[in-house]
Amino acid sequence: MSEDRPIVTPSQTVGPFFQIGLAWLYHADLAGPGAAGQRLTVSGLVLDGAGNGVEDAMIEVWQADPAGRYPAVSRPPGWAGFGRIATGPQGAFSFTIVKPGRVAGPEGTLQAPHLAVNVFMRGLLRHLVTRMYFPDEAGTNAADPVLGLVEPARRATLVARADPVHPAALSWDVVLQGAHETVFFDC
Amino acid sequence: MGTPHASMGYRRPAPGTQPAYLHPPYASSVRRAPTRPLVLLPHTLTEVSGPVFGHDAVRPGDADLTAQGAGEPLGERMVVTGRVLDESGRPIRHTLVEVWQANAAGRYRHDRDTHHAPLDPNFVGCGRALTDDDGWYRFLTIKPGAYPWKNHPNAWRPAHVHFSLFGPAFATRLVTQMYFPGDPLLPFDPIYNSTAEERARSRLVSAFDWEHTTPEHSLGFRFDIVLRGHEATPFEK
Repeated sequence: MSEDRPIVTPSQTVGPFFQIGLAWLYHADLAGPGAAGQRLTVSGLVLDGAGNGVEDAMIEVWQADPAGRYPAVSRPPGWAGFGRIATGPQGAFSFTIVKPGRVAGPEGTLQAPHLAVNVFMRGLLRHLVTRMYFPDEAGTNAADPVLGLVEPARRATLVARADPVHPAALSWDVVLQGAHETVFFDC
Repeated sequence: MGTPHASMGYRRPAPGTQPAYLHPPYASSVRRAPTRPLVLLPHTLTEVSGPVFGHDAVRPGDADLTAQGAGEPLGERMVVTGRVLDESGRPIRHTLVEVWQANAAGRYRHDRDTHHAPLDPNFVGCGRALTDDDGWYRFLTIKPGAYPWKNHPNAWRPAHVHFSLFGPAFATRLVTQMYFPGDPLLPFDPIYNSTAEERARSRLVSAFDWEHTTPEHSLGFRFDIVLRGHEATPFEK
């Protein structure tokens, strides 16, 4: 069976000019107008191995709603659950969400609230897969079945930081290499 | 697509059938590839669900890249068509396919493209389509030109069309590039050659296709795309 199974098409880099084909779906407000739930902004930087901001990266975000459900169909103007955001000067990005609820994990577990994130850029032959968790969920994060697979010293790279003055403003960076390298997953 | 089951994960690629993140011949991978081992992610409901785009997102004219200006773009008209399938050969229906490409002179309509080849006022180079009930997509466009890049001395990218697909789940997301049969630049391109297995790599090369070549109008190129399928279930032999 495995021999005649077609081979999956290999990934190739998104390259430097993806804006031409992908900008139509840029969408940084995952909450949509009038969405119920706790609205949060997530801001951060994509940084390369030299510590420089990556100004030609794109991230895509997939999230559950506050009740822990994934939307069946994403449609404008809300595109609920999905976001596509390009980085700008210094590698900065920003988007708005409603905080997701908990969704099922493996073997009857519940996952802590999280965003699924894909990262694309020139230089990446395959996109990177990571997650963002929430800083006010210490208890659920500690029991999360996916965070539990990550060595403890690196888990903080997957948890956003809350602004002490504006708790609805979260910051979270994607660090491609180095001492603070973000945890990336083999998805 | 069916209702996602949290217990039903997607098949992992066989070694060598997808590019490594670090591929030093592709210079910009050196500062951008992760250096720590990836953490194996179980496929939970998060990974087996994904955004679904309906017909309200894509108009029929979005698949015609020759009709985005006041006149027709210069270059060889071509039809690029094929099926989006899973690893079991089943069609992936109504899934979004996005494409972008350089013009016939090898120039992208983008601020950061500094190649001194002419822009074409009648060519944007952007298209999108949804697959039909049998997984078919179809674009009408012009054949892109090869172009130089700064990866190494006298480096040239083979002509290609960029593709972006979602498939049914977060885990099936794929961004790739389609190449042309017989392109003499392919053996020298570090991006094309980043996939070690020749059988997998050759899946990126389209086939000239008489069936979709339109008399007196356009050449046809066939490019089927295979996305990951589910791990074997009790229903499969």
